Amino acid sequence: METADLLKPKDFATDQDVRWCPGCGDYSILKQVQSIMPNLGVPRENIVFISGIGCSSRFPYYMNTYGMHSIHGRAAAIASGLKMVRKDLSVWIITGDGDSLSIGGNHLIHLLRRNLDVNILLFNNEIYGLTKGQFSPTSELGKNTKSSPWGTIDHPFNPAALALGADASFFARGLDLDTKGLRDILLRAHAHKGTSLVEIYQNCNVFNDGAFAPYSNKSTRESSTLLLEEGQPLIYGTEQQREALYIRDMKVYSAPLNTIASEDLWIHDSKDPMKAHLLSRLFDPYSEKALPRPFGVFYQEERLVYEEEMDKQLHSAVQSKGVGKIDSLLQGKNFWTIE
Amino acid sequence: MNQTIEKATVLFAGDSGDGMQLTGFQFSNTSALHGNDLSTFPDFPAEIRAPIGTIAGVSGFKINFGSVEINTPGGKVDTLVAMNAAALVKFQVDLKANGMIIANSNGFDKRNLRLAGLDESRDLLSEARDAGFLVVDIEISKLTREALKDSGLSTKEQDRSKNMFTLGLIYWLYNREIEPSLLFLKEKFRSKPDLLNANTLVLKTGYHFGETIELFSNRYTVNKASLPSGSYRNIAGNEAIAIGLISASAQAHLDLYYAGYPITPASDILHELSNRKNFGVRSFQAEDEIAAIGAAVGASFAGSLAVTASSGPGIALKTEALGLAFMLETPLVVINVQRGGPSTGLPTKTEQSDLFQAIYGRNGEAPIPVIAARSPKDCFAVAFEACRIAIEHMTPVILLSDGYIANGSEPWRFPKASDLPSIHPNYPKLDAPYLPYQRDERGVRSWAIPGTAGHEYRLGGLEKQDQTGNVSYEPENHQKMVLSRAAKVDEIANHIPPQEIDCGPLEGDVLLIGWGSTYGAIRTAVLNMNKQGISVAHLHIRYLFPFPKNLETHLRNFKTIIIPELNNGQLVKIIREKFLINAIPLNKIKGLPFLSSEIEHAVLERLKEL
Ligand code: SF4
Repeated sequence: METADLLKPKDFATDQDVRWCPGCGDYSILKQVQSIMPNLGVPRENIVFISGIGCSSRFPYYMNTYGMHSIHGRAAAIASGLKMVRKDLSVWIITGDGDSLSIGGNHLIHLLRRNLDVNILLFNNEIYGLTKGQFSPTSELGKNTKSSPWGTIDHPFNPAALALGADASFFARGLDLDTKGLRDILLRAHAHKGTSLVEIYQNCNVFNDGAFAPYSNKSTRESSTLLLEEGQPLIYGTEQQREALYIRDMKVYSAPLNTIASEDLWIHDSKDPMKAHLLSRLFDPYSEKALPRPFGVFYQEERLVYEEEMDKQLHSAVQSKGVGKIDSLLQGKNFWTIE
Repeated sequence: MNQTIEKATVLFAGDSGDGMQLTGFQFSNTSALHGNDLSTFPDFPAEIRAPIGTIAGVSGFKINFGSVEINTPGGKVDTLVAMNAAALVKFQVDLKANGMIIANSNGFDKRNLRLAGLDESRDLLSEARDAGFLVVDIEISKLTREALKDSGLSTKEQDRSKNMFTLGLIYWLYNREIEPSLLFLKEKFRSKPDLLNANTLVLKTGYHFGETIELFSNRYTVNKASLPSGSYRNIAGNEAIAIGLISASAQAHLDLYYAGYPITPASDILHELSNRKNFGVRSFQAEDEIAAIGAAVGASFAGSLAVTASSGPGIALKTEALGLAFMLETPLVVINVQRGGPSTGLPTKTEQSDLFQAIYGRNGEAPIPVIAARSPKDCFAVAFEACRIAIEHMTPVILLSDGYIANGSEPWRFPKASDLPSIHPNYPKLDAPYLPYQRDERGVRSWAIPGTAGHEYRLGGLEKQDQTGNVSYEPENHQKMVLSRAAKVDEIANHIPPQEIDCGPLEGDVLLIGWGSTYGAIRTAVLNMNKQGISVAHLHIRYLFPFPKNLETHLRNFKTIIIPELNNGQLVKIIREKFLINAIPLNKIKGLPFLSSEIEHAVLERLKEL
């Protein structure tokens, strides 16, 4: 066994040339994933990456672990079967907004409700990259693309709200360029027992460049992003203009920090489903007046894990009926003998 | 008078709520225990709660049992049990001339006639008598209520036991023991003593009624069949598939993983396997057909024996993932319990119209082995064989069954676990570097299992480089890989038993070629024609792709080849195309199995033309 603590991030790279467009956000995500792998405490041979189809789904070819580049939208289903029979494996699903919110939407919500202990990295670039630039289910309303020359008339998905609606037991949002924040989230996703959905804003610099620029550009970043820290008040804004969020009558408001009494501050508690719901609703398109977009772990909850329940049923069946014997299976309840 | 007969066909028919399936099932079980050879065929409505009393709501269960070899649920019916007017209307055409009708006369009142869509003034039973049938009419509903008047049960509950009266009566008529059914009732109503008492009482009442009332001029005895010695049980096709899969997983030392989505007529496999958790079977009811096969592909990658089952429409949905499994070259068993198509078609009716789908229905060059079960008990052997081929040859395998054998049953001389062959997965050597697409002399790659250090590898649906499995768009490599995958599947023909002639001469005038559930009807027809001195043989193909290597030799030994199928001619086209011979189709596409007489008739007609 190659113990993980002897390994370095580069031991998780393969000999295959990485083929994303230069400047693609996928590079940074790959790097962060490779860099946390030695810290998981899982032997390399027990790690599996399963992807669907799309630019991001090339990912498993670049990870020196077990991996499968499957078919469009089905990674969640494939990973589910894999995890059910092998709960000893650390399973990572690599998917995109088209892959898991459009063609594979059904599998995503069912995986979330079943809560198998796997990690989903959803690379959201709000566009179809591999097929060269059609709008995706997360593209903003009115977006002009090759397949929507008059602008889209599709209301976009809000992945955080969708995940919480499907009773996801873990939801976090990260950003390709926020390398430290992303690594933290990945480690917490791995540590969470249950399905962890990590939405990662990923810049497609070829077909949708700058989609997340407000959250990464120096000039706008501080006033547009809200970094979620456990037990800390929700504060954002520039050094000169600190703003805080507070909740009144189930609505979220923002005000200058120094105008809010400390007992009125919204303290981040990722165990609180109602607060998580409100966070998921901070989803207005970027503008100077809009409330900030949250990043970090929105929600996590301990609940029954599917493959463990499956194992328990197998054990209790053995306990009540005894280990199955093929001869008694073949013979059934009623049999007779002819001499 | 007690008369000994070789065989009999009984059809139990009534409203869906009349419990005719249970009655038929009990009668079969008892007949099997009695030592008869038999074959059964349930025929139930597509709607779960079809309107009461209507023809659409009629549920039937046919059983053919004998002291001689029985291969089909029988042709024309000797005894029809009709619990209401609709049942008689639906099945009277299936009765033999002079056949017997046992009618629950309480089910023939004005209301029942109206519900059956008939004029209220009709007297169906007299009409049947006039048509030459032997009608025995008994007030079964009334007699049942009478027997239960002190039971404290509601009339509704009382009425529910009337099928036991019928069962008791038929037991008397055919000289059967009632003990096996008494035991069954004890088990079924263990926690409901009042229902146990009521059903037991009514069963006995029905039996005694036959004895006491002189309604029947004859009583029949069907002696034990002279079956080969061994241990037997009664088995239905879907159950046999489940048992075959579990046995194969044990013989391969692999865990069995089954993923399915509810669909008629395949759901019983899911039910059966979900109830076998103490055999280590992990069964998963997925969110859709695609997820079911996807999960199975994942489990296969992880090192389990992975299986999914469905019927035509579900198989259509699984097609893309089946192509992935083919490309990954990973073991997977996909079962299609066929039903009438296309589209939603005839969900509760049988058909063999998915053969083209199985053999050809994928994008790209994706040949997948296809094997078919020919009878309920054969489902065991074929399920086992599908697993063997999948595991030992690293390929998905399609198993074709159909609604007829899935629900039909027959006695099965079951094997001992120690008689089952071992199955050998092709694992890579641990000391050498792992090349996922390196092939052995059979063209088979090896199966590295996650968790094995040093064998970490990536694979996917993109074309792969020979040996390494890395993505490759090289033109030469693509052609090479397409041909190697095809050669691997063709090679399976060297690892299956040779084709045999089932019955009849080894060469001669006419050869009937069948596949799947038409086995019993073709065999019965051929044996019957042989008795009349007609030179006809029967060959039944289990391995539909690739064909056994000696198949062609057999074909060349006959002047005329006729291929009966429950479709519009599929195997016949494949045979014509492959061997360039003038095979003749014989098709039935009514959602119903062949009667042996239909095949016999068609062959005789054909012979006249020759
Ligand atoms: S098309 Fe966009 S998402 Fe795809 S690799 Fe290029 S930059 Fe990345």
